[in-house]
Amino acid sequence: MSAVIESHNHDDHHHGPTKGLTRWLYTTNHKDIGSLYLWFSFAMFLIGGAMALVIRAELFQPGMQIVEPEFYNQMLTLHGLIMVFGAVMPAFVGLANWLVPMMVGAPDMALPRMNNLSFWILPFAFLVLLSSLFMEGGAPNFGWTFYAPLSTTYAPPSVTFFIFSVHIMGASSIMGSINVIVTIMNMRAPGMTLMKMPLFVWSWLITAYLLIAVMPVLAGAVTMMLMDIHFGTSFFNAAGGGDPVLFQHIFWFFGHPEVYIMILPAFGIASHIIETFSRKQLFGYASMVWAMASIAILSFVVWAHHMFTVGLPLAAELFFMWATMLIAVPTGVKVFNWVTTMFKGSITYETPMLFAIAFVVLFTIGGFSGLMLAITPADFQYHDTYFVVAHFHYVLVPGSIFSIMAAVYYWIPKWTGNMYDERLGKLHFWLSFIGVNVTFFPQHWIGLAGMPRRIPDYALQFADWNMISSVGAFLFGASQILFLFIVLKTVMGGKKATPEVWEGSRGLEWTVESPAPYHTFTTPPKVN
Amino acid sequence: MNEGSKKTIRTLCFAVLGMFTFSFALVPLYNVFCEVTGLNGKIELRATNVKNIEIDNGRDVSVQFVSHNNEEMPWTFKPSEDNIQIKTGKYHTATFYVKNTTNKKMVAQAIPSVAPSNAAAHLKKLECFCFEQQELAPGEEALLPVRLIFDDELPSSINSVVLSYTIFDVTDYNDVEFTQHHNDDHHAGHEMEPSI
Repeated sequence: MSAVIESHNHDDHHHGPTKGLTRWLYTTNHKDIGSLYLWFSFAMFLIGGAMALVIRAELFQPGMQIVEPEFYNQMLTLHGLIMVFGAVMPAFVGLANWLVPMMVGAPDMALPRMNNLSFWILPFAFLVLLSSLFMEGGAPNFGWTFYAPLSTTYAPPSVTFFIFSVHIMGASSIMGSINVIVTIMNMRAPGMTLMKMPLFVWSWLITAYLLIAVMPVLAGAVTMMLMDIHFGTSFFNAAGGGDPVLFQHIFWFFGHPEVYIMILPAFGIASHIIETFSRKQLFGYASMVWAMASIAILSFVVWAHHMFTVGLPLAAELFFMWATMLIAVPTGVKVFNWVTTMFKGSITYETPMLFAIAFVVLFTIGGFSGLMLAITPADFQYHDTYFVVAHFHYVLVPGSIFSIMAAVYYWIPKWTGNMYDERLGKLHFWLSFIGVNVTFFPQHWIGLAGMPRRIPDYALQFADWNMISSVGAFLFGASQILFLFIVLKTVMGGKKATPEVWEGSRGLEWTVESPAPYHTFTTPPKVN
Repeated sequence: MNEGSKKTIRTLCFAVLGMFTFSFALVPLYNVFCEVTGLNGKIELRATNVKNIEIDNGRDVSVQFVSHNNEEMPWTFKPSEDNIQIKTGKYHTATFYVKNTTNKKMVAQAIPSVAPSNAAAHLKKLECFCFEQQELAPGEEALLPVRLIFDDELPSSINSVVLSYTIFDVTDYNDVEFTQHHNDDHHAGHEMEPSI
């Protein structure tokens, strides 16, 4: 590590990146690695999205028209795994790489070479996962939750490759989170106390702790699967004294904190954007921090609300119902604070702000359907229906993914030095906004009417809304090509951005020029 | 890198290792939790210590026996009686009829489950065919006994209990282990009644 710092001292202060492909292979620069993560996640977003479109194309009409049911199951599984582990999580890690050092006034991440490693193992993880599509027996087909014994006794042979790729993804996430925590805890500029940190930094500090706590549990779960499949153990096999329900407990002990891992950084992003475009100081900074911390802590004691129908005793059903509903309190505090920040603000509606407002509104809808699902007796009807699909897509697509898009529009002038095309940005927003609602809102209704999830065919009475939902999905999918075009256009050129980019932007990243120099804050700034 | 960073890294690495270990610790914790609370309808796969829990003034409980074959387990497996009335604090022996309908030697393991789950802690078994694996020759049949008692602390709200067994084909599962075990103590403590 010290060698890296020494070489900086010898070199010219303004030295830039090396040329050619090896720049990206060997880079230890947080901005380069941030860009790699973001491009990788966008590629995964398109691949996972294409799989979603296969699913929606099949569901366009009742009956089997396009794919075999077995292939449908593989698409369903890979779509979930790729979107969660390949698109949303790496996108947030990419944003953390770009922004956390600049926001806390650090020259780079604390462990730059590990940073390089944690990115470059990811493409291999997904290569392994995607290659299973071409293996005998096909890709994993047991859903992204890979419940045993579907993923053990009845799994295709490619499950071993799936386990290996999950191990690599986990290692990458753990290294990424160690890096983020060490950077935030030890490399803040003088004067930047914890309670002066930008909220995106706070949200990532909490997210990183969640990752440290639960990714090893996921690694443990897939290791147990591996041992059941190949080494004759019976963790999840009832014949040998194991218990398939145990798998669900372990999985959701990881899985519920995981869903907050995918939304907490979005909270941070929305806070910055709403503050900037309302031209007011964020309302309730301290309560935002405490709300995120409480959500993170509560996430460890609500896992069984995914399992209300496995036969839990009454006391457990009640506990997990109430604990889950309790999460609505800190979440409500956050929504209140965002709305209050906007209240009487001098709001302008640039693309990042449109995405941020849509985030608040649509994420809240997803939160409300979550509350409905938390009601144990009602969940017995909703369980494994399209209502659940509508719920988690509302929190993940117009929640996490809208926040990522908002972040890209908000910070891309800082990254590239060019302003994006505002007219096209707004067009992208409206197409995405309409697409997402047309896709997922009708799924609430067909879910309440009883359409089960993860089935490639359905009863005739669900036909109309499924057709509409599929039309929305293709609209949403197509509008992401526009997004790619806008980003490429901005990278190539455009109106030059000022250092502060936005009127009333706050934070250290806006004090450096646009585009941000290859090395920033080699001498720490002073924070008052 | 400064000392503070090194300390943070060390702590985080320990946290990662700790959580990985914890995920495996969840397995015994889950089983202990289920056994202590009797949740999940799990009952121990071994005999209760013989102590005198018999009493005279017990109350009536209806016990229903249910049998399942896991997956494509081809054996015939059914309770001799579907429903019996017993008194708490009194031993009772029930039997299950089992027949290997195939033309090859097979090994089976029965796994019990109790509903409602809060009755599980109060159901004691002195002997049960589920405590060990069953090996039957082609066409062989047997009556498998279970000797059970409800202790007197069975909640008064429970008047009817379902005792369910699922029989699994474990012939290929741990063949070697079983053969070894089988040769060691053939017939010793074998609770299976002779063929009928």
